[in-house]
Amino acid sequence: MIHSLFLINSSGDIFLEKHWKSVVSRSVCDYFFEAQERATEAENVPPVIPTPHHYLLSVYRHKIFFVAVIQTEVPPLFVIEFLHRVVDTFQDYFGVCSEPVIKDNVVVVYEVLEEMLDNGFPLATESNILKELIKPPTILRTVVNTITGMEKGETHRELPSWLPTGQLSSGALAKDWIDAIIDKSGSTITAEIQGVIDACVKLTGMPDLTLSFMNPRLLDDVSFHPCVRFKRWESERILSFIPPDGNFRLLSYHVSAQNLVAIPVYVKHNISFRDSSSLGRFEITVGPKQTMGKTIEGVIVTSQMPKGVLNMSLTPSQGTHTFDPVTKMLSWDVGKINPQKLPSLKGTMSLQAGASKPDENPTINLQFKIQQLAISGLKVNRLDMYGEKYKPFKGIKYMTKAGKFQVRT
Amino acid sequence: MLDTNKDSLKLEAMKRIVAMIARGKNASDLFPAVVKNVACKNIEVKKLVYVYLVRYAEEQQDLALLSISTFQRGLKDPNQLIRASALRVLSSIRVPIIVPIMMLAIKEAASDMSPYVRKTAAHAIPKLYSLDSDQKDQLIEVIEKLLADKTTLVAGSVVMAFEEVCPERIDLIHKNYRKLCNLLIDVEEWGQVVIISMLTRYARTQFLSPTQNEGGREEAKGPGSEEAATTALPARKPYVMDPDHRLLLRNTKPLLQSRSAAVVMAVAQLYFHLAPKAEVGVIAKALVRLLRSHSEVQYVVLQNVATMSIKRRGMFEPYLKSFYIRSTDPTQIKILKLEVLTNLASETNIPTVLREFQTYIRSMDKDFVAATIQAIGRCATNIGRVRDTCLNGLVQLLSNRDELVVAESVVVIKKLLQMQPAQHGEIIKHLAKLTDSIQVPMARASILWLIGEYCEHVPKIAPDVLRKMAKSFTAEEDIVKLQVINLAAKLYLTNSKQTKLLTQYVLSLAKYDQNYDIRDRARFTRQLIVPSEQGGALSRHAKKLFLAPKPAPVLESSFKDRDHFQLGSLSHLLNAKATGYQELPDWPEEAPDPSVRNVEVSGGERLNCVCADCMSHTSPSVSWLMRVASGGCGFHAESGRGPRAPALDPRSPSTDPESESASDSKSSSESGSGESSSESDSEDQEEEKGRSSESPRCLMTLAEDKAGTGSLLAHFHTGPPPPLQLLSPGSGAGRQELLHRVAGEGLAVDYTFSRQPFSGDPHMVSVHIHFSNSSDTPIKGLHVGTPKLPAGISIQEFPEIESLAPGESTTAVMGINFCDSTQAANFQLCTQTRQFYVSIQPPVGELMAPVFMSENEFKKEQGKLTGMSEITEKLTLPDGCRSDHIVVQKVTTVANLGRVPCGASDEYRFAGRTLTSGSLVLLTLDARPTGAAQLTVNSEKMVIGTMLVKDVVQALTQ
Repeated sequence: MIHSLFLINSSGDIFLEKHWKSVVSRSVCDYFFEAQERATEAENVPPVIPTPHHYLLSVYRHKIFFVAVIQTEVPPLFVIEFLHRVVDTFQDYFGVCSEPVIKDNVVVVYEVLEEMLDNGFPLATESNILKELIKPPTILRTVVNTITGMEKGETHRELPSWLPTGQLSSGALAKDWIDAIIDKSGSTITAEIQGVIDACVKLTGMPDLTLSFMNPRLLDDVSFHPCVRFKRWESERILSFIPPDGNFRLLSYHVSAQNLVAIPVYVKHNISFRDSSSLGRFEITVGPKQTMGKTIEGVIVTSQMPKGVLNMSLTPSQGTHTFDPVTKMLSWDVGKINPQKLPSLKGTMSLQAGASKPDENPTINLQFKIQQLAISGLKVNRLDMYGEKYKPFKGIKYMTKAGKFQVRT
Repeated sequence: MLDTNKDSLKLEAMKRIVAMIARGKNASDLFPAVVKNVACKNIEVKKLVYVYLVRYAEEQQDLALLSISTFQRGLKDPNQLIRASALRVLSSIRVPIIVPIMMLAIKEAASDMSPYVRKTAAHAIPKLYSLDSDQKDQLIEVIEKLLADKTTLVAGSVVMAFEEVCPERIDLIHKNYRKLCNLLIDVEEWGQVVIISMLTRYARTQFLSPTQNEGGREEAKGPGSEEAATTALPARKPYVMDPDHRLLLRNTKPLLQSRSAAVVMAVAQLYFHLAPKAEVGVIAKALVRLLRSHSEVQYVVLQNVATMSIKRRGMFEPYLKSFYIRSTDPTQIKILKLEVLTNLASETNIPTVLREFQTYIRSMDKDFVAATIQAIGRCATNIGRVRDTCLNGLVQLLSNRDELVVAESVVVIKKLLQMQPAQHGEIIKHLAKLTDSIQVPMARASILWLIGEYCEHVPKIAPDVLRKMAKSFTAEEDIVKLQVINLAAKLYLTNSKQTKLLTQYVLSLAKYDQNYDIRDRARFTRQLIVPSEQGGALSRHAKKLFLAPKPAPVLESSFKDRDHFQLGSLSHLLNAKATGYQELPDWPEEAPDPSVRNVEVSGGERLNCVCADCMSHTSPSVSWLMRVASGGCGFHAESGRGPRAPALDPRSPSTDPESESASDSKSSSESGSGESSSESDSEDQEEEKGRSSESPRCLMTLAEDKAGTGSLLAHFHTGPPPPLQLLSPGSGAGRQELLHRVAGEGLAVDYTFSRQPFSGDPHMVSVHIHFSNSSDTPIKGLHVGTPKLPAGISIQEFPEIESLAPGESTTAVMGINFCDSTQAANFQLCTQTRQFYVSIQPPVGELMAPVFMSENEFKKEQGKLTGMSEITEKLTLPDGCRSDHIVVQKVTTVANLGRVPCGASDEYRFAGRTLTSGSLVLLTLDARPTGAAQLTVNSEKMVIGTMLVKDVVQALTQ
């Protein structure tokens, strides 16, 4: 199974290594560096690299490559899944998973890794079990870190912030993601909704929870946390489980494709290059479509501009925008959309002189968030607790986010 | 700091050291200082010391030994966590000297109360195995024990150990199969993956293919249809799935809902490989779900989907849109998605797919655009209806500004045109014009080839192109130059008037090229096409050679034949066999006996009980026994033993008197071989006994045979059963001379070891003595005279032979107790007139008698006879000696041992007891298919063991 693990940062330094069997020289990573060079971009590094004696399986997250070395046949997903689990565990332990954090907590990291695998075979991978074996760094220290301005990445669980602290409580957050490809003319090519229910449970004893939906039929394809009793779901469409402590992902779902997906935003765009002149016109407007009365917030528009674009001079009606002339990445942080005054970004692009006009108009990627709304229409009916006497706080929140939302122009 | 008494300081020091290790710095100098702290009371410090030890013990073996006692103490700790962690560390320090300690610890932990400790024991098994593979047999024993464990915690780990140590011992799974299936859903995710992939392999060997409908023989149907089978003729029946097969499919299905991608993939591959066509579809949805996961997961899943989609297009068709490509996808994902889209394209959805492709062509990612163009080409070849559309689209691309796009299109157009050249003169003309502008060599070469191939369609342009190319010849790339020569040759043949000079010119240029390929080609072409005196015969056919119609290339997916690798495996991903990859076996022709999975009270002792059960008819698994019994009967029938046997229906229930008698006959034969038989005078009877003693042995082989009773039966019917010959009397060392006829003045005496139990004394070896009189006078009063025997050896004389007439011969049986040694028994052979001093020295293999035991018993006994009593020898089997029969025959010829059933195909086990002392002699031969083999003999009698090893090795390697 898994022989060794190397953590490599984006500049190519191996800053942590862990061996579960005999030591594998770090020179094995040279093959990885070679592949990395060939791939030019970090996400293009093939996840599986065969070398004469080993196979390197890697995962790229948080600007760190997690490279596992294996020697014999093993399902690649097994390793990849494990590496992702390692990252998740780090995130759970330290709040963020980044090079400085790992370096600061190197002993804990090392111990955690030691516990997670035995002889290359996963031993304890559930973070609540791990936390019993190895204490996460004390809260005091994390507080210090935040005060001293440690950068905080996107923590993927937004839950605990709204749950009352110091009280027995259980909460769930249903998150919908809309993945969509919108074509030039504004019609939808594909759109689908998937989502998760993240739970945060702080209950004592052995609570047995059941969660039922108003409309379970919506859920087309689901995957569960191992604590969920599958039989109950099969027969009654009820989630019945004894929750682990803390945060966990209770359910991931996909909403059946038959249901028409309501697209909450639209993008009007007018991007044109002219062959003769070295200037192009650029204009986009974002507006709400089917939002069911909720505001769309956190809108960010990004677009990868063609190579020929040298610079852009744009004026937004709201928010801020940046254009990186090296990566040609345009990003516009819009914020909230006010239906009365639609945000727009207008201006010109200066193109490389003499170069022919680019073949392709850039695609626009959209991010947004809608609070208090599950766009799929999923509704939790009730959350009940059995097996314990006390009355805990119960709460459920909904949220819709853009997943991979693309507009082709 | 480590030497202080303060724990906090120690902890700090250890933390620094561990940080050093983590950064990859060498901290081995500190080993002595650290190892001292192994007994530290502070748990935090202890943990870190363990971490350190595991990392460096391998490099500092001697010092590491200092810590062992601490762990041994830890193994006895009342706290299960401490026991487990002690075992974990103990098994993780890779120091070969402590192998016996590890073995002991594992054995103990395997029967620990705490499942957590047992799990750790299961983890330790592969560690020990990698340290010392000689421990395999003992480890298998532990694995067997742990496989029977009923806790979910252990299941995953032990199956993992099984896969690493003895994946070939599929027989160990039988009894645990149903349990594993039922536990599966509660096992932790990692264990699920391992168990599922192991069960996939298992199912492939044990069940029939659900897709071959016509193959439904009686054997295929499992216990449920047993009754039907009794009445049914061997007519073809519809396929009925084995209930165990169904159980596996049913129990894995919920796992498609697992949050772990690895589990979902494992189930998907299981369904793909094992499920009937109609049911495979369920995995599509789950796989598509995985596509929303991390890009690495997508990468692996898409690879597998690509392979599946070739075989089962319909499965993924509803999810076509999920494979649409986003501009943010990494290139490798894009290309894989493209592959899937191409595989999914069909008559009905091709318009949408092509529309998508059109968007992709305008992408900024040029590799991706090139791949898209190729994909369009493949769609065009696969779907005739859209070929023209595609071609037109590609021609439009020729005016694209990006050269790479144009070049790629040219290459694809070339391939497409080859399929139907007639109508496309226009396109070729268009392409010809491109020669001026396009610079990519591959594209230029393709255009030239096209023009040459179809020069008849473009008679005017072709010479002109050649003229241009001749002009720029020296500046071209090699691949283009070769095509120029080709073009010149073809034109010369079709239109020599216009192009003769040009061709000559090109060929002359090529003659002095730097590249020898080009020079060779030029020389070769010149000889072929320019008529000369010598090359006349060939040049007459030149036109045929150059302008022969060429088959159109087939554009197919690179994932075409990947499904011979187990999906989801590393080997599949790389399309190359990875180390340690276990081939997915083909479905068996006939299903092996399904009832081996029946779990009974008797548990592990089952194989052993068979004979007893036969006699008493008490076994619950009647069907299985019946099959075995009938197997035996089939054998008897064939060897012409009783008239009643052929009438026996192989599947008659046990109440049938016929079968009763059959099993009776067997039981009698069993006793015949097990104890001594009284009358063994005539050759005839010996022969008979040889056979009857064989029947339980057949039983054993039958019971162990995974290929199924059916095939065995067939085997018996086709010819005399080979094992029969092995053990017929006299098969021992053959005839040995006791007295030469010259020395014996006409009396020649030979002896053989009959391998019959000697009637008088079970400790004696029975020796058959053959006398023949070649003199012309009768020899009278043959008897044994005063023997001079070494201590302990005794002789039971044969009855005096009164007279042996000239030319006659006779046989007598005598017993010799060799006292488990190979010392010769010297005695006198007396006639009325003479005395001859003779001596019989037994080969070591004759000093024992076979014992029948089950695999479990064998292992148990073997476990007791380790250390000094174990002798191991490595050998290489010659080519002629690798088949089962030959190996078994050779071993049994050398030594009078009984075969012990064994699950692994390339492992042979034999058991016997020495005659005098009754000590066990266990022989194991582990033969690899490559010919390398390892012979192990376990016996208390070390001398016998050593000699036996020598003899067997000699016999096997000859």
